[in-house]
Amino acid sequence: MLAGPSPQLLASWPTGLLAYSSMTQVQTATIGRLGAAAIRKRRARGARDLIEALLYLAPSLLLFAVFVFIPLARTVYLSLFYTNPVGNPRGFAGLDHYVELATSPAFHRSLLTTFQFALYTVPGGIVIALLLAVLANRRLRGINVFRTFFSSTIAVSLAVAATIWALMLNPSIGLFNYLLGSIGVRGPAWLTDPSSALVSVSLVTIWATLGFNMIVLLAGLQSIPEELYESAKIDGAAGLKIFRHITIPMLSPSLFFLLVVNIIHVFQAFTQIHALTRGGPVDATNVLVYSIYLDAFVNFQFGFASAQALVLFTIILALTLVQFGVVERRVHYQ
Amino acid sequence: MALTRLGDRTNSPELGRRLGLYALLSLTSIAVAFPLLIALSYSFMVERDITSFPPPILPANATLANYREVFDRALRPGSPLPIFHYLLNSFVVSTAVVIGQLVTASLAAYAFAFLPFPGKSVLFLTFLATLMVPWEATIIPNYLTIRDLQWVDTYQGLAVPFMATGFGTFLLRQSFLQLPRDLYDAAVVDGASRFRFLWQIVLPLSRPALGTLAVYSFLATWNQYFWPLLVTNQPIMRTVQVGIVQLRFEESLRWGLVMAGVVIVVIPTILLLVLGQRQLVRGLTAGAIKG
Repeated sequence: MLAGPSPQLLASWPTGLLAYSSMTQVQTATIGRLGAAAIRKRRARGARDLIEALLYLAPSLLLFAVFVFIPLARTVYLSLFYTNPVGNPRGFAGLDHYVELATSPAFHRSLLTTFQFALYTVPGGIVIALLLAVLANRRLRGINVFRTFFSSTIAVSLAVAATIWALMLNPSIGLFNYLLGSIGVRGPAWLTDPSSALVSVSLVTIWATLGFNMIVLLAGLQSIPEELYESAKIDGAAGLKIFRHITIPMLSPSLFFLLVVNIIHVFQAFTQIHALTRGGPVDATNVLVYSIYLDAFVNFQFGFASAQALVLFTIILALTLVQFGVVERRVHYQ
Repeated sequence: MALTRLGDRTNSPELGRRLGLYALLSLTSIAVAFPLLIALSYSFMVERDITSFPPPILPANATLANYREVFDRALRPGSPLPIFHYLLNSFVVSTAVVIGQLVTASLAAYAFAFLPFPGKSVLFLTFLATLMVPWEATIIPNYLTIRDLQWVDTYQGLAVPFMATGFGTFLLRQSFLQLPRDLYDAAVVDGASRFRFLWQIVLPLSRPALGTLAVYSFLATWNQYFWPLLVTNQPIMRTVQVGIVQLRFEESLRWGLVMAGVVIVVIPTILLLVLGQRQLVRGLTAGAIKG
């Protein structure tokens, strides 16, 4: 699975923004010392510059307007209305949908399932990827072959991962229950049992995310200066102690980044649910985005689904800002 | 020098440690790739072997029958499994998105990196804001837009919404900023137009970053599922990801056939991983390890 690009970028945005704002201040200061004619001239040039820049930005801005900003506003608008089955507003709902969200046990269950899903996949996924990255972080002949294997799931879509795991988890012919049986454990029905369905989907998700997590952690490990390890060895530290007191702290930016990104992806999860369980059995895997999908595109309640979509937006925005804040603080203290 | 190295290599505890490490790496590699290897192995099995007990790992009677059936079915007119259409659709859409993103992002990145203009920070913030809106949060109005444009079951419906990218713009801007500023000043003093400077100097010098964006966005588009599921109804307009899931639901007892489909779908992206690994890693870790 390829993880979405958005949050990792934030790490480098703030400095860029600061650079821009300070530049504007300098410009303002210069203008203050100029005469009126010069100001007029400068304004004319400013307008020309702006028009030229907008020509370069126009394709992106147009697409962002049509497919990001207007839809976001329309989601807010739709969430305040009752809609007919083709999605046109029919009657003002006010905050009805939000009141319903606040009181609906089904929606609470869906949120809870999503949190559970995060708990099942994120810590385990990161720990396994860390072990792989540590193993792959050596200078050995042929190490790149192993690294390719370790990162191979990055090339595997969630749809494909789900399809393969459906075979492996199949209770009658799958390898999983055969292996469990050979050590005397009776395996569950996995995908069709409400008590094991979310675990099954989590296993698929952990595997599919492994490649991405491994690549990020390996890059993090490779950026730790060699001298740190050498001086630790001179001081007599070894093995686990070095790992605990040097590797983990130096890796904490990557680990924190993965934590946030993985949680965001859990909140966006849809493919593996649709491909494996369709939200069932009895809503056991009905996570947030799947619930939005059901309400919008199966039950045609676009207004109610839009209200849920805004809950999703708020959660992801909050997570992104947390990441933004932490990164900025770190940059600040350096 | 040569002697000490030879000495190192024949040093037996060192050699043993190294062999142990290789064994560990090999076993772990097999474990990580195990589901992929199983898919490959089962794609060569007859159904009778797949359902035998204990479940096999390697095919006892290797056969190409599953692949033959996938291709036979695909070639039948009005086929319920038009896998060549799936592949073609995914390829066309992914390529269109790659080209679209390269064009829109390099234009925008150029403006941010080189052109002086008022309101830059506001526009920069606008691009930043797009990174905070998850696609799933706006998918309802986006679906309505595509439907009202009558773009359901079309390539433009699958591709156009993804042709602008905040991520790509940021990536290319970073790369453009690495170019020496003198180049720009010299070119502009020379009277070369700003657009020609982008086309003839900036883009050729930024090939690695463009490659990173291309590999990244191809893979991301190829692997999409939710959006193609929503905006395609006809089987011949489906993409590979939607097609493979559909195949499993329709042929739930034909695991060999389904796994042959899986192998066909996953080969292009595995190739892309092997060939474009460096570009991909650079894209995925952009910003992630800063600080």
